[in-house]
Amino acid sequence: MAKIPEKELMFQGTTACPGCGAGNAMRYVLKALGKNTIINIPACCWAVIPGVYPSRNLDIPLLYNAFEATGAASSGVRAALNAKGIDPREITVAGFAGDGGTADIGIQALSGCVERGTDTIQIMYDNEAYMNTGIQRSGETPYGAWTTTTPVGSEKAWKKNPKKNMMEIMNAHGIPYTATVSIAYPEIMIEKIQKAKDIPGPKFIHIYAPCPTGWRSDPSDTVKLAKLAFETCVFPLYEIENGVYNIYKKPKKKVPVRDYLKLQGRFRHLPTEEVELIQENVDREWELLQKKEKFTKE
Amino acid sequence: MSEMKIVSGNFAAAYGAKLSRVEVVAAYPITPQTEVVEKIAELVSNGEMDSEYVKVESEHSAMAACIAASNAGARAYTASSAHGLALMHELLIWASGARLPVVMTNINRAMGPPWSVWADHHDTLAQKGTGQLQFFCENNQEVLDSVIMAFKICEDADIMLPAMVVEDAFILSHTKEPVEIYDQELVDEFLPPYDPEYKLDVERPFGFGSLGMPDWYMDFRYKIAEAFEKAPEKIEKVNKEFTEIFGNDNGGLIEEYKTDGVDVLIVTMGSISSTSKDVIDELRKEGHNVGLARLRTFRPFPVEKFREITKGVNVVGVMDRSYTFGHGGDAAREIKDALYGHRDLILKDYIVGLGGRDLTPKILKNIMLDAISLQDKGLDKEIEWVDLRINQERWRR
Amino acid sequence: MQRPLNRLTTKLEVRRLSKEEVYRIVIDPKDHRDVPLTLITDCPSYLMTKTGSWRTLRPIVDNEKCIKCGICWKFCPDVSIHVKEDGAEVDYDFCKGCGICAKECPVDAIVMEKEEDYV
Repeated sequence: MAKIPEKELMFQGTTACPGCGAGNAMRYVLKALGKNTIINIPACCWAVIPGVYPSRNLDIPLLYNAFEATGAASSGVRAALNAKGIDPREITVAGFAGDGGTADIGIQALSGCVERGTDTIQIMYDNEAYMNTGIQRSGETPYGAWTTTTPVGSEKAWKKNPKKNMMEIMNAHGIPYTATVSIAYPEIMIEKIQKAKDIPGPKFIHIYAPCPTGWRSDPSDTVKLAKLAFETCVFPLYEIENGVYNIYKKPKKKVPVRDYLKLQGRFRHLPTEEVELIQENVDREWELLQKKEKFTKE
Repeated sequence: MSEMKIVSGNFAAAYGAKLSRVEVVAAYPITPQTEVVEKIAELVSNGEMDSEYVKVESEHSAMAACIAASNAGARAYTASSAHGLALMHELLIWASGARLPVVMTNINRAMGPPWSVWADHHDTLAQKGTGQLQFFCENNQEVLDSVIMAFKICEDADIMLPAMVVEDAFILSHTKEPVEIYDQELVDEFLPPYDPEYKLDVERPFGFGSLGMPDWYMDFRYKIAEAFEKAPEKIEKVNKEFTEIFGNDNGGLIEEYKTDGVDVLIVTMGSISSTSKDVIDELRKEGHNVGLARLRTFRPFPVEKFREITKGVNVVGVMDRSYTFGHGGDAAREIKDALYGHRDLILKDYIVGLGGRDLTPKILKNIMLDAISLQDKGLDKEIEWVDLRINQERWRR
Repeated sequence: MQRPLNRLTTKLEVRRLSKEEVYRIVIDPKDHRDVPLTLITDCPSYLMTKTGSWRTLRPIVDNEKCIKCGICWKFCPDVSIHVKEDGAEVDYDFCKGCGICAKECPVDAIVMEKEEDYV
């Protein structure tokens, strides 16, 4: 397992909320990618976390771009570097967008970027809602969650749609590498991102990044929640390399989803039968994933 | 060696990009711009053009990719039209806010609905507030020339703004004319490689485009205003230099055609100017003291220049090939704005040729005669829609 | 024309200055012509934002218990706890008091106390 590089490319003085999972997501990403990286960030929490002009909290060049434009911006930077004869293995171009900027408004540019074969790493730090604008539901908000646009009212309550599966969407593009990683396991996260960095072509990384503010959880529970998401199989850790699935870390014993949900205020309203329904869904998805692994490895 | 080729306006744009040694092209096809991107694709495929061509999935991404490439220090170019341009809107402002000299060719096409692919300036003029320099071309040579000049103007350290070189749908985009394709070495001398002071650089890890609080935002907007103030002089200077090297004078801010001491001044933009010049000749032969000003640069708007050329003029007749919903055409509005408090004259706005409606010499002559007649009868109507179904008899007779 | 860009990044001793001093001296020119044409951020965030003031809970390390495993450093989203020779040391200038270090510490060497007791 990769050791965590000592060198910090993210400075202190970030304006992220206390206990922010996205803060560590960026920190580990930069530790993995190193200094020779250019990063594109759309509108998202990370457009604000570096601070206001003239503050910067990354020790690498950062290009802020429009909300829906990260994939296109990555293609543009990569094209400019190509034109100047700078090899993709020499300088890494990465897109770093939230779940909205990746899976919702940014999905078109992202799809175009990887379909064109841009040699880049597109990273989604997933905090499961539009957190920067104040916790509105996104395509990555899970079933059952409260958000400010899926409030728990007397007539209608919570989000009734499932979470969009970005790993499958990206894999359907036929790209060489996609992986889920979690801030609870930085060593593996860094290893997987470094692996992606060395693979030519478009890569996609899905980072699980809890948001205490939006999930109505205690800031100190951020890492614990990320661990529970893995142990409950809510967020399995796997990679897809050239179509072959590999669940690279499997929980020794599956923890009930209830344990994960109860730490978060956004699920507080759920009646027992709904929790059971979520458990059933998680079980089914986990089963399916294992079958995919078995099938593609054979 | 320069060489004459018979090419369409679209090919002229592509050759302009090639001669400018554009490093990154990102574009998405739309009628009637497709030939620009097809030609560039062909030139790149044949190794005749050394550019990275990013085949984006939308116009929004086209401009986003150009912005990013320009931020990374590359000369970037795109082309679009109408709805594609409208989709780019957010990023047109982004490019100017980020002070990036991205140059694009826009083929002027009407906005739908009703769906229309024909000439109309509405698409371009709807983007007049986005911080783009806007150059309206009269012929295919000018399209090629303007692409090269636009890079030179925009990359000036005092300007650093994006630009649109625009040509009328089909009338220029698909009509072939003889165009001089200049010697590459001569162009290289005129247009040195793009080398911005700041760019994405791992050795200087800065952030580009962060959040600006109210204590700074306004000052950065003022910096753009300063660039626009300097731009007219820069445009004239570059045009002069271009004329000296390549022998083609495209008119800089405004091309004046027989404007000395005229009583009536006709203002046109784009492709109708050529026909209008013939009509001016005809009217002058008939004894009318009339001249033509071709408004070539719409942004920055040549305010001073308009004041200068309207000295002693009684009537200004403006032909607007666009209708700004709500109140007439853009050119007339802006000219009035420039002349307010400076000139006491009659100004009439003629809305003409929308959605590609044909403008024959006959119609143009009738418009000019109408403008001339205002000298005696005074202003009858501020805004006149020409050649509608209800009044065709009058304008076509 | 004196441009402040990149001056700070090479002069890290400025770190001793307060935010207000830094801002007055190098970042807040009175003339807009003294900065590049567009917003280019160059000032390290630790010179501008001292996030320690956000804290309501204060991590207190018991270095008798500390085994110097580095888990607190690993998980700190604000890069504000470091393992040194004598044990873990919190950088109270920047620590926001989220408590992840205390929760993840395998030997419970860190406790969260009320910040108001320390002000």
